[in-house]
Amino acid sequence: MSAGVGVDLENLWIRFGDFVAVRDANVHIKGGDFFSFLGPSGCGKTTILRAVSGFLDPSEGKVLIGGNNMIGIGPNKRPTALIFQNLALFPLMKVWENITFSMEIRGASSAERRKRADELLDMIALPDQGDKFPSELSGGQRQRVAIARALCAEPDVLLLDEPLSALDLKLRQHMRTELREIQKRVGITFIYITHDQGEALTMSDDIAVMRAGVIDQIGDGKAIYNDPATAFAASFVGENNVFRGKIKQVNGGEALISTNRSGDLVARISSANQGKLNVGDDAMMFIRPEALAIAPDGASGDHFVTANVTHEEFEGNSYNIFSEGEGGKEIKVSIPNLGQSFENHTGQSITLEYETKNAVVVPAGELAAE
Amino acid sequence: MNNKILRISIWVYLGLFFAYLLGPLVIMSATAFNSPGFPRATPWECLTFEWFGALFQDERILNGIWNSVLVGLGTVTLSVAMGLAGALMLTQISAKVRSVYYTIIIAPILIPGVVLGISTLVFWDRINRMLGLGADSFLSNGLFLTIIGQSTFIASYCMLVLVARLQRYDMVQTEAALDLGASHAQAFRKILLPFMRPAIASAGVLAFLASFENYNTTTFTFGEYPTLTIELAQKVRYGITPAISALAFIIVLLTVFGALANEANIKRKERIAEARKEGALPDVKGISLPGFLRGNPAAVLLVLLAIGTITVVGTATAYSPAQCIADVKETKRLEAEQRIQELRAKREADRAKQKAEQGEEAETQQSTPKPSNNSGFGNVFAPTTLSDDEEEGAEAPEPSNNSGFGNVFDPDALQEDDQSNSE
Ligand SMILES: Nc1ncnc2c1ncn2[C@@H]1O[C@H](COP(=O)(O)OP(=O)(O)OP(=O)(O)O)[C@@H](O)[C@H]1O
Ligand SMILES: [Mg+2]
Repeated sequence: MSAGVGVDLENLWIRFGDFVAVRDANVHIKGGDFFSFLGPSGCGKTTILRAVSGFLDPSEGKVLIGGNNMIGIGPNKRPTALIFQNLALFPLMKVWENITFSMEIRGASSAERRKRADELLDMIALPDQGDKFPSELSGGQRQRVAIARALCAEPDVLLLDEPLSALDLKLRQHMRTELREIQKRVGITFIYITHDQGEALTMSDDIAVMRAGVIDQIGDGKAIYNDPATAFAASFVGENNVFRGKIKQVNGGEALISTNRSGDLVARISSANQGKLNVGDDAMMFIRPEALAIAPDGASGDHFVTANVTHEEFEGNSYNIFSEGEGGKEIKVSIPNLGQSFENHTGQSITLEYETKNAVVVPAGELAAE
Repeated sequence: MNNKILRISIWVYLGLFFAYLLGPLVIMSATAFNSPGFPRATPWECLTFEWFGALFQDERILNGIWNSVLVGLGTVTLSVAMGLAGALMLTQISAKVRSVYYTIIIAPILIPGVVLGISTLVFWDRINRMLGLGADSFLSNGLFLTIIGQSTFIASYCMLVLVARLQRYDMVQTEAALDLGASHAQAFRKILLPFMRPAIASAGVLAFLASFENYNTTTFTFGEYPTLTIELAQKVRYGITPAISALAFIIVLLTVFGALANEANIKRKERIAEARKEGALPDVKGISLPGFLRGNPAAVLLVLLAIGTITVVGTATAYSPAQCIADVKETKRLEAEQRIQELRAKREADRAKQKAEQGEEAETQQSTPKPSNNSGFGNVFAPTTLSDDEEEGAEAPEPSNNSGFGNVFDPDALQEDDQSNSE
């Protein structure tokens, strides 16, 4: 199988008047990858996708598809197909006409179109639904029709703009696996946009984390989750406990941070920030709830934190303990439920411990809104 | 109790409202079938279809209709095209300019038609002269001027209709089409235009009706092409005939027919959509007539109307009102003679009375016998009043006797219309 067609964004800037929607984006997407842009609402994800599909001209920089500069090439001439945030199925056309619209444009006969539509309908598991109108389908079915319509155009790159956001949780989870399967089957490059980190982590080969027009980090799911490059990436992807402070000491890949709250703590410097943190810099340290454990009383040192428990909850697969944190935030500890018994700590002061490799320090920065 | 009064008053109100709305139309339609030469519904004389015949023999009216249709078609084409362009423009420009643009484009609706007519005439005359063209050039052609003049404001109406629909259009649809490889023209033709089709149809109908009924603007621009409204206005100046009622009746009929057909069609589509929702995918063409009629009052009315029309036209070809008209004429003449006789009798009586009075004055003044005198006059009149009734039933040979008088008294307008009818 061919490697597929890659997409590169080079020093891409997009402005609307004075407003900068995308700031100096550099992204290299390998052919055949499932690549996600992950970021909160309004961070510029759709804008990037529109620049790739040709509806927006970059203010600066380049969009390359398969190594060819796409500037000046209209959306109808690019080897991309976009699945719109609201799907944009044609309401006056039947499902089969919708799916094969691109063939109609190319002048295919009605018989050819029907044949191809039937194949694609089989693929998306909607056989015999071709004669319905989009309004007569359920949300998930419409979703699949939109995918089939895009695939029918035989694009080299399929762009998906939060296609699952309108679906309920069950269907969304089902469609995740389905999308991933389709991608593997057709082998083309998928560029997927989402503000749902679960979606990004489960489906993607690589993820770009975006914040207000800036790409904070690019990496695979594990890297993004375990080794965040910025405070934003650390706080946006998954749950994280934050400790603010100043760098007190740097030892190779590790740093000692004098935190405002819990004294001096040790943490690993995230790989993107190796060599960039100096003594005296403002820093933020992140520890995942599942990386904290209850330590024996009285333990102290640079990987122990004391906390006053405010409330607790049992979540089924885990037992969660919440205590007062910094700046109105809580410290969450998540103890996996492996059949042990859980004591009640509410109102008590407890000591928590972590392993240095599970705490990561990044330069102080903006946190994701809750 | 209170409720009942309320309900009754609502019905009364509705009755009055519809009487107000439809009464004139009904009465006018009736005059189209009554034989008198002046359009009137009462007294009913004879059912006749001759006014339809007269209508279709009236060269000027026919020509007017033809011109109106030509102008209408031209106006529809131009107005819908301009309206669509204007509506699209409105959605493309920025919000700041939009309200100004909207006001400008709506302004022609608010400007009196007369002004539009004059300005159209003046403007194109200028252009014509600037280009050094003669009075018979295309730019001073009545058809051209009327279409242009009417379109100036009808296009605004069309735009309003089209904008309403366009506002519900999701521009992402066009983008989706482009993304799938369509050119801008293809996206317009295959996506936007089908979406706009119902509104375009409405705008077209609206434009045609507005054009057809327009007088104010057209009156300045029609030139060699008088439209129906112009012709009617000119005719009315010389008195109207029921032929105009006949024309109006046809127009009302066509309108009702069109409205019902439209309604029936909408109902049918709704039911098809419903059937599709329920899972069955019926073949659209396979809808049978009984199914089409079921639960569709508009369709039922439509069919009844069609049957009614066919019957009327059928009887019209077979039925001849000549006998009835002759009878009515006869009766009228008798009535007239009757009145003439009465007049004559009255005059004679007056004369007799005068003589008697003079005689009385000459002798002594005696007023007592007056009542008996009056009754004497009464007696004089009695036989004639009786015979008045009798004569209506039996066609007595009398008329031939009195015909001389009838002719003499003719200018007294006692017989006004029936004379002109029959000729
Ligand atoms: N045509 C435009 N003119 C001006 N500003 C725009 C335009 N399109 C987008 N923006 C701005 O650019 C920013 C990014 O918008 P974008 O649609 O890319 O967000 P997004 O990341 O896709 O958000 P969401 O997850 O809500 O879809 C937003 O602040 C938006 O207001
Ligand atoms: Mg978006």
